[in-house]
Amino acid sequence: MAIFVDENTKVLYQGLTGSQGRFYGLRNRDYGTQVVAGVNPKKAGTDVDGIPVYATVAEAKEATGATVSCVFIPAPGVKAAVLEAAEAGMELVVVITEGVPAQDEAYFFNKVKRDYPNTRILGPNCPGIISPGKANIGITAGEIAKAGGPVGIVSRSGTLTYQALYELKLQDIGVTTCVGIGGDPVPGTSFIDCLEAFEADPETKAVMLIGEIGGSAEEEAAEFIKNKMTKPVSAYIAGVTAPPGKKMGHAGAIVSGGKGTAAAKMEALEAAGVKVGQNPTEAGELMVEIVRSLGL
Amino acid sequence: MDLLEYQGKQFFAGFGIPVSPGEAVTTVDDAVAAAERIGYPVVIKAQVHVGGRGKAGGVKLAANADEVREHAGNILGLDIKGHVVKTIWVEFASDIAEEYYASFTLDRAAKKHLGMLSAQGGVEIEAVAETDPDAIAKIWIDPVDGLSEEACRAWVSAAKLNPDATEGAVDILLKLYRAYVDGDADLCEINPLILKPTGEVHALDAKVTLDGNAEFRHEGWDVYDATQVRDEREQAAHDKGLQYVGLDGSVGVIANGAGLAMSTVDIVNQVGGSPANFLDIGGGANAEVMAGALEVINNDPNVKSIFINIFGGITKGDEVANGIVTALGRVQIDAPIVIRIDGTNAAEGRAILADHESEKLQSKPTMIEAAKTAVELAK
Repeated sequence: MAIFVDENTKVLYQGLTGSQGRFYGLRNRDYGTQVVAGVNPKKAGTDVDGIPVYATVAEAKEATGATVSCVFIPAPGVKAAVLEAAEAGMELVVVITEGVPAQDEAYFFNKVKRDYPNTRILGPNCPGIISPGKANIGITAGEIAKAGGPVGIVSRSGTLTYQALYELKLQDIGVTTCVGIGGDPVPGTSFIDCLEAFEADPETKAVMLIGEIGGSAEEEAAEFIKNKMTKPVSAYIAGVTAPPGKKMGHAGAIVSGGKGTAAAKMEALEAAGVKVGQNPTEAGELMVEIVRSLGL
Repeated sequence: MDLLEYQGKQFFAGFGIPVSPGEAVTTVDDAVAAAERIGYPVVIKAQVHVGGRGKAGGVKLAANADEVREHAGNILGLDIKGHVVKTIWVEFASDIAEEYYASFTLDRAAKKHLGMLSAQGGVEIEAVAETDPDAIAKIWIDPVDGLSEEACRAWVSAAKLNPDATEGAVDILLKLYRAYVDGDADLCEINPLILKPTGEVHALDAKVTLDGNAEFRHEGWDVYDATQVRDEREQAAHDKGLQYVGLDGSVGVIANGAGLAMSTVDIVNQVGGSPANFLDIGGGANAEVMAGALEVINNDPNVKSIFINIFGGITKGDEVANGIVTALGRVQIDAPIVIRIDGTNAAEGRAILADHESEKLQSKPTMIEAAKTAVELAK
């Protein structure tokens, strides 16, 4: 089993007709994902390499049965795109776009949570989600992941996620689902949402968590792991040596007012029984040890 | 994007928040002329992107033209924690009865806006939070609902300000919330928010951080961008559209992806070196971007070696290697380079680099080995 998406998931792409949307949409289809529709009000009735384009998310859903939307719309249009997808009843809205204003994120997160409680947002500014061998939605290179479990991955960083997938693959360890929650201040899906889903997924036997400086999401995850999780977890936190007050690339990655340091996050995770690596390779090795010790 | 105080006040004034009349100037003569127009007494305030201006001698009261001349002369050019004062703000000096604190920011854990209000203003709010947390009245605002007057009134009441300040505070806080939301700020802070002996409430300082991601819907933010303090390296990287943060060490770092770049900085430190920078070239990593990144690093005189750390995902390792080779043909690099390529088509990428290997260019298979080599070369 996988979490959130699998081989039966039907996906539509808001922004399929743009260059990024087309490139990744077709790549995702080549991977085996059920890419069933694109949405663009100006290009309704056309198609992208055989994928039909509809004017609205609601029409695309009606015609194809899509339940997941992947958003490649430029930042100024993301708020409207997410709200349209939620209103049309999408179960999952994966927002790849980076550079979305924080005020927009805060608004649509709370609006969707209140008015469309059955819709989950993933991102913005995330690499997407991949259930290896089943579905790949977003910009992850599918070939760097081995299918089948037993590890679930949740990460705030794109390239470090790829690194983790790849290191596990080199050790012949498979992944059930890898979720990139993104590096923005208001992520639609949190570490805890993913940990909860992995804990409930019978095929996931262990979880790898990749965090970074800024905010308190890792500390909250540690609290959840301590109290609610039975499955072993390994972790890595990027930005141990980041200077305070400087954004390290991601809008959310900043140590400010002495809060959000890597040291505090690592300490909280270790106190929750998580095996914390000093670098991505070490975190991968720790996961290998965990998997071997489970006899898998 | 942090605004200087005078920019913050102009930003506030645009939303109807009362601030003192004043002018931003860059010379002593202009300061005197401004003071004459504004009327005495005036306060002369250094405009820098750091706190602690008062203690550093960057804020002075002047009762006449001679005093303006003296203080403006001293403050212009003053070095405050490494920030040299180029602009001063001259404003009419307000009489102060009481000093409060007010701010709006995003509470990332709650995913709601957080307003903070305290009757103990004029001091660091962190210090108040530590010694007397109950002295800060907090309000969490759902962005969908916004801040109603009723909720604002209850909040002001909870902060136990002087009753004379209630009406003025409610009015300013409602406007400050609009400035924070409609103005696309990450932070709007007034410290101190003052009550004058005459009963008016007034913003005596302004600390505003704007969300650079929202620049597309605001005219005129390039003015703020022009006054950001960046060192030469950061400015050069900014001009090339690269995500760069200057650090103090000797190992230049280039990586693709913010997380990997952060991780690379960490690893250089872990193996005993010291990174010169954080530089994220993003997912693409084509020859042009790589050449631009190498130029920025090469212009940093502290750099003794360069560590390029690439994980090939969508971007293939061989494409990245070709990009690096092309970039090296275009930019004359002085420091030796250590490259680690992993991920998709890493073997092909390493084979391409092998043809160009020399004392100045080495390829290592893992992050740690590459970091160790780069650190060794920087010694």
